[in-house]
Amino acid sequence: MAILTKEEAKTIIDKVLAYSKSDEMSVNLAGGRTGNIRYARNAVSTSGESVNQSLSVTSVFGKRAGTATINEFDDASLEKTVRRAEEVARLAPENPEYMPMLGPQTYLNTDPYAESTAKMDPNYRAQATFDSLDPCRKKNLVAAGYMEDTARFNAIGNTKGLSAYNRETSVEFSITVRTADGLGSGYGTSDVTDVSKLSTKAVTEVAMGKAQASASARALEPGKYTVILEPAALVSNVDASLMVALIRSMDARNADEGRSFLSKKGGGTRLGEKLFDERVTINSDPTNPEVPSGAFSGDGRPQEKITWIEKGVVKNMPYSRYWAEKKGVKAVPPGGNFIMEGGTQSLADMIKGTEKGILVTRLWYIRPVDPQTLLYTGLTRDGTFYIENGQIKFPVKNFRFNESPVIMLNNLEAMGKPVRIGGNLVPPLKIRDFTFTSLSDAV
Amino acid sequence: MQRRDFIQLSGLGIGSLLTAGVPIVGYSASPEYLRDLSTGEMGIDTAGKKQLSDVALNAAKSKGATYADVRIGRYLNQFMFTREKQVQNIVNTESFGVGVRVIANGTWGFAATSDVTPDGIAKCANTAVAIAKANAKLQKEPVQLAPQKGVGEVTWKTPIKKNAFEIPVQEKIDLLMNVNGEAMKNGAAFVTSNLFFVNEQKYFASTDGSYIDQDVHRIWPTFTISAVDRASGKFKTRDALSSPMGMGYEYLDGLNTEKIKAPNGLIGYRYAYDMVEDAALGAKQAKEKLTAKSVQPGKYDLVLDPNHLGLTIHESVGHPTELDRVLGYEANYAGTSFATLDKWKSKNFNYGSKLVNIMADKTQVGSLGAVGYDDEGVPCKQWNLIKDGILVNYQAIRDQAAILGEKESNGCCYADNWDSVQFQRMPNVSLQPGSEKRSVFDMIKGVDKGIYIIGRGSYSIDQQRYNFQFGGQLFYEIKNGELVGMLDDVAYQSNTQEFWNSCSQLCDQDDYRTFGSFFDGKGQPSQVSAVSHGSATTRFNGVNVINTGRKI
Repeated sequence: MAILTKEEAKTIIDKVLAYSKSDEMSVNLAGGRTGNIRYARNAVSTSGESVNQSLSVTSVFGKRAGTATINEFDDASLEKTVRRAEEVARLAPENPEYMPMLGPQTYLNTDPYAESTAKMDPNYRAQATFDSLDPCRKKNLVAAGYMEDTARFNAIGNTKGLSAYNRETSVEFSITVRTADGLGSGYGTSDVTDVSKLSTKAVTEVAMGKAQASASARALEPGKYTVILEPAALVSNVDASLMVALIRSMDARNADEGRSFLSKKGGGTRLGEKLFDERVTINSDPTNPEVPSGAFSGDGRPQEKITWIEKGVVKNMPYSRYWAEKKGVKAVPPGGNFIMEGGTQSLADMIKGTEKGILVTRLWYIRPVDPQTLLYTGLTRDGTFYIENGQIKFPVKNFRFNESPVIMLNNLEAMGKPVRIGGNLVPPLKIRDFTFTSLSDAV
Repeated sequence: MQRRDFIQLSGLGIGSLLTAGVPIVGYSASPEYLRDLSTGEMGIDTAGKKQLSDVALNAAKSKGATYADVRIGRYLNQFMFTREKQVQNIVNTESFGVGVRVIANGTWGFAATSDVTPDGIAKCANTAVAIAKANAKLQKEPVQLAPQKGVGEVTWKTPIKKNAFEIPVQEKIDLLMNVNGEAMKNGAAFVTSNLFFVNEQKYFASTDGSYIDQDVHRIWPTFTISAVDRASGKFKTRDALSSPMGMGYEYLDGLNTEKIKAPNGLIGYRYAYDMVEDAALGAKQAKEKLTAKSVQPGKYDLVLDPNHLGLTIHESVGHPTELDRVLGYEANYAGTSFATLDKWKSKNFNYGSKLVNIMADKTQVGSLGAVGYDDEGVPCKQWNLIKDGILVNYQAIRDQAAILGEKESNGCCYADNWDSVQFQRMPNVSLQPGSEKRSVFDMIKGVDKGIYIIGRGSYSIDQQRYNFQFGGQLFYEIKNGELVGMLDDVAYQSNTQEFWNSCSQLCDQDDYRTFGSFFDGKGQPSQVSAVSHGSATTRFNGVNVINTGRKI
């Protein structure tokens, strides 16, 4: 299915809404195309493209809800789907936390869509892959990479009059380059809304440089080190990560229930408390041109510009609609992106300004150890270097870390210029006393 | 193609945390519809599937394929989510379609369609051949497929006693409400509980002359209990000590004969699980964790329960012995492996101590990996990965067998849906129990300074599988042969080879049971699989334990 326009989507949704015999009904229509290409050992291993479309109907009687889905849009199929959703709803158990559907909403104008990305085809992917493979082959390095592009839309409508439409595109590219002897490994990644801003060659060259420079790493004793964490060490598309973990752990209900790092001793939450270094400010903004995101959350609530942490103080926490009503506060949804304010320095400047420290390209296999303190463990990977007197001196063996993003953001030394990663803006961070607890032989 | 969504779970413990959430594939359907499909009252019969398969195979051959296989798959899921006194969500999905894989010009091609008609399938086969021919231009070496004699028309079914899709939804809700109620009664502040049911109906046919009809069932009951001390601001969780199984609803019968007694009133569950009993015990233990002693870091002898050790086996033996990882095909994602071909060829690489015998299999009854044939038509078997501590083999599929100088595949090829291409996935990987008679009580008696660890906790391992760190659900300090109390903030760090070489004692067959991973991820785009890991309680000497407690 092509990307439907706002009007085309609304026509179908309105037709479906007219079939409703339930107390409330909502319709979600979504579709798009996704393509991917994967390579390893300097050759393409898999590639594919798929198109999907689906319309999902949720019918509600009282506090009983039922959902049915369909991928055929003729009148008979649409009506049948509504009847099926109603059947499922009648038999469903009551949900005491059910919230009546939202009425009409006002949304910001956001533009997370680029025609260049929507037009990507197998030839484009093959060329982008060649641009990445070719330099590796020529330097006798071994490349493994993956690129996935998506163009999609989704539209929501309900019997209370809510109507929402969004279309968006994204491309995620990552590459791991290894030396032929397996002693060096480097990583690069980039994600964009508009594929014309992606150079697979440039990203690959970063990974190639790191692979060559990281061969024959020396072992340093584990312990507390000053580190420069590149953005890919703070946010990951393919793994848990320290900054995403922090942002996702801010839910108000968990904090109120006493099971979050934001729960207060004796009850209540730590909203309004200064928990981080005063230079830490984190917002969400769907209209940011570098990281545009959709104007509404999955349940139709508007995504607005909001400050989660300001100068180290917890300013806002996301709420479910049920919990917000119970607490008598605004039901702020979790953000569609997050933007951490930084400084003006480049990564190179930050290295120059470091007397002794460790440069970390990325962290891997990051898992929670203690939700009370947000302690996480994981390892450095694909490019870890020792810095002395403002220069990279030599590659070092990978470390396991055990660290909490809360402690990390209190031990802040410096911040660089924010860059896009995983749809968010995050600066490279220089952190003192980052805790490495053991060494790994992995390359 | 299909919708792929993820459900984010809140309030689940760290042991069951899935980075992306619970994967949901397919279209919503009613429970009754799933029941009728699962019992075979609806759907295409075997003869119909054979006809459709032949259309695909003939179309592929006529376009120049030298090999073709077709999988007609119907995938049924029912997932239930509750917290305290309410049902949060019941997900019922069906996904139905066909995937065709071919070799043309020495290169793989794959295509899939939800249009399961003779025309749709023929078109799909043509596309697969066209993709193979296009990719052949980039190919340097042709695919070498290990031969597989056709097995003719055969069927296989998970030996279930009760089809979970036939059990009324209300009965399942009643069970979960009972579980939640029991947890709250015993001191839980919060509880979430879940039931996951999967039925894969897979029809496989290939140009080798195989027509294989399989009906595969899996089940996973689980919960997370939270205990909160508002005054101190502390909270602790305890996850279920169940295991996902390749069984029907009978796993929830909680038969006493399947319970294995352990110290401190702990219970090990073999082929039946008493969810309500575990919830009551779990709530008491979660509360006890709030005041448990923080561990003194250092070297300890670890006594590891099967419900814990399974994940350590999975990460430190299961993944490193996947041949595609060893060769570099997963380098950009999960990583490669320290268990390189030269170590295997040396025939003297000491992966572990002499006690360590680790088997791969797709045959253990009740396990998640058990099927009759894999997703490229190879009859399932068991084989050694580590024999008397030495690395002796890998996990390989048909196009990898030649790399090992083998003439046949190990039969561990799997695709998570009809629209995903099959590739090498982990079979069950299990540590064989000891031959000497020994219970967990006997084992603990012999430990002077140790920790007894139960359940799946935090887990992390590097991209070549050397350095790992594991937590657990429950930790008990062992002093001079006795359990002296609960510990908190425990995690152990080790190196795979060092760890398995510190394996010093095994309990026997009577203590053997399986742990499982229901949504194991691999590949890009990522596919899930389900896999079991069996072991008896096992002792490891002098392992480094760290204290994970922090102040923020």
